[in-house]
Amino acid sequence: MIEPVIVVENLTRRFGDFVAVDHINFEVQAGEVVGYLGPNGSGKTTTIRMLLGLLKPSDGKATVLGYDVFKQSEEIRARVGYMSQKFAIYDDLTTLENLTFYGGVYGINDKARIQRTLELVGLKGHENTLTKDMSTGWRQRLSLGIALVHEPKLLFLDEPTSGVDPTARRAFWDLIYELAEGGVTILVTTHYMDEAEYCERVGVMRDGKLLALDTPTNLKKSIIIGDVWEVYTHPLERGVEILSAMPGVERVGLSGDHLRVISSQVKQDAMQSLLSRAGLRVEKIEKGEPTLEDVFLTLAR
Amino acid sequence: MTNYLVQANGIKKYFGKVHAVDGVDLNIKAGEIYGLVGSDGAGKTTTMRLLVGALLPDQGDVTICGYDLRKQTELARSTIGYLSQRFSMYEDLTVLENIRFFAEIRGLSSTEWLPRSMEILEFVGLDKFKDRRAGQLSGGMKQKLGLASALVTRPRLLLLDEPTTGVDPVTRQDFWQLVIKLVSTPHVDSPPVFGEHGRMSEEQGGVSVIISTPYMDEASRCHRVGFMREGKIIAEDTPSNLRARFNNRVLELRGSPINKLRHVAHQDEDVEDVAAFGDKLHVRVRAGKTDLIMKRLPEEIKSAGGTVTDLRVIPPALEDVFIALSESNHD
Repeated sequence: MIEPVIVVENLTRRFGDFVAVDHINFEVQAGEVVGYLGPNGSGKTTTIRMLLGLLKPSDGKATVLGYDVFKQSEEIRARVGYMSQKFAIYDDLTTLENLTFYGGVYGINDKARIQRTLELVGLKGHENTLTKDMSTGWRQRLSLGIALVHEPKLLFLDEPTSGVDPTARRAFWDLIYELAEGGVTILVTTHYMDEAEYCERVGVMRDGKLLALDTPTNLKKSIIIGDVWEVYTHPLERGVEILSAMPGVERVGLSGDHLRVISSQVKQDAMQSLLSRAGLRVEKIEKGEPTLEDVFLTLAR
Repeated sequence: MTNYLVQANGIKKYFGKVHAVDGVDLNIKAGEIYGLVGSDGAGKTTTMRLLVGALLPDQGDVTICGYDLRKQTELARSTIGYLSQRFSMYEDLTVLENIRFFAEIRGLSSTEWLPRSMEILEFVGLDKFKDRRAGQLSGGMKQKLGLASALVTRPRLLLLDEPTTGVDPVTRQDFWQLVIKLVSTPHVDSPPVFGEHGRMSEEQGGVSVIISTPYMDEASRCHRVGFMREGKIIAEDTPSNLRARFNNRVLELRGSPINKLRHVAHQDEDVEDVAAFGDKLHVRVRAGKTDLIMKRLPEEIKSAGGTVTDLRVIPPALEDVFIALSESNHD
């Protein structure tokens, strides 16, 4: 039996009276791609910092790659990669120079390994490009390369594709899946549902608690109880007021030119007639698909 | 007679050999939320800068609220509010002082800006925090302050350049509720002259919003979306009409092992694209081949030693449309 890469038991961190992370439990297996979501201040970053051994837990325990986060934080840090949106790439250095520099920080001087990393992230042929001349998508690949140069077994990604378009995001995730196939475990924190949809399992945090951790499909099934309706009505503002007050309606959200209504009891006809009676114009009411954003908003409120 | 609030006709902007914006037409009505999407370098930001008057087009012209941006630059600009990706604020100043600063550089007197600021702070939900230093605000509140600062001159057109980068979904939802409220409320003081034939009536709607974004969940909230590629808008429609172009052509496939499924699907000649999404695949098929693929793909997977647990047609997402448009060979 292979041991899980991350084992977290009752992990807790207090700052004075404030409980930033409150008795969370989870496991992650080798080669898994796990997303970690939560509003600002929900305890996501505190959790990651504890897992990286940068912050001592107040209570509970956690092992990463078999090492205790309390006692063996240096062992952990030597074996994990970390890619942040705010990662510093030296603009006046080329791709190769950046990679060589950061490799040196990890004690990697093997030229072949640096070449391998360049190839892996698809930057071969661009060794001598100055990074300031590269697009956001390419800079992200370089950041990933920097996080991978010491061949970590576990990779933390913090909003890895923030600000890039779907095509570049797709290309980036193809790389991530390739790494996972090779046995690297990936933990992604993000605010973007576009990004979370790519993860095999997604955890949602709020107020220091881990509210759910499951596949996107299961989360949509278990958290969104009922149907999602897309209601095209005019004026929208009045529509929100009326439908929010309707018994049996769980949530109403504005979505550009229509409303998104979640309800397990209320059906199309009932909404239609209630809105019409109030003098609103109803263009159409369609059934929608639940999204991870619906899940997030349901859990976060 | 036109009733468009923003009109751009054949605008072009070249930087040396780079055709950053290469013939863009825009017609945006009052009360409309228009999303500008596209890859890095497609020309979104340059288009925004041309609309705000920070750059002059090499060709073509822009009219905002009836003012020619080239000839009546100041008048046109006075109708615009702009929230850039990294809006600047003074962290040591309070919320109200920040707004005052932005109001004064836009030439508003104190009798004008103070009542307006309070009204706008209430609108964005920051009225209780007016005396708090900007540096002490959360990310979401900072963003609302940015929006409030852009709104203090009561613009008719609000330009938002990737406004929700790095903001969590709850805050983003709040932000969008504000934007939608803004466009659905009639504008109080429209500019005195609008077009050739006098005033625009209040019924014609509220503020117009142009938003650039790389996020499809955000684009799907817009009334209309323009896809930019190589300096041109290659597709423009409502999100639902754009999605409808690929109706019946996107399949969801589940089974194991997922990598084998992916490789097999890729090799089928009638499959245009395969995308992995965690525990499932999205398969885009050639037009008219859906029934064929629904039969053939499970057989192909079976003979390759894989199993299919679910294969069904799903409604296309805006992301599927984006990828398809980015790959398509036009010209």
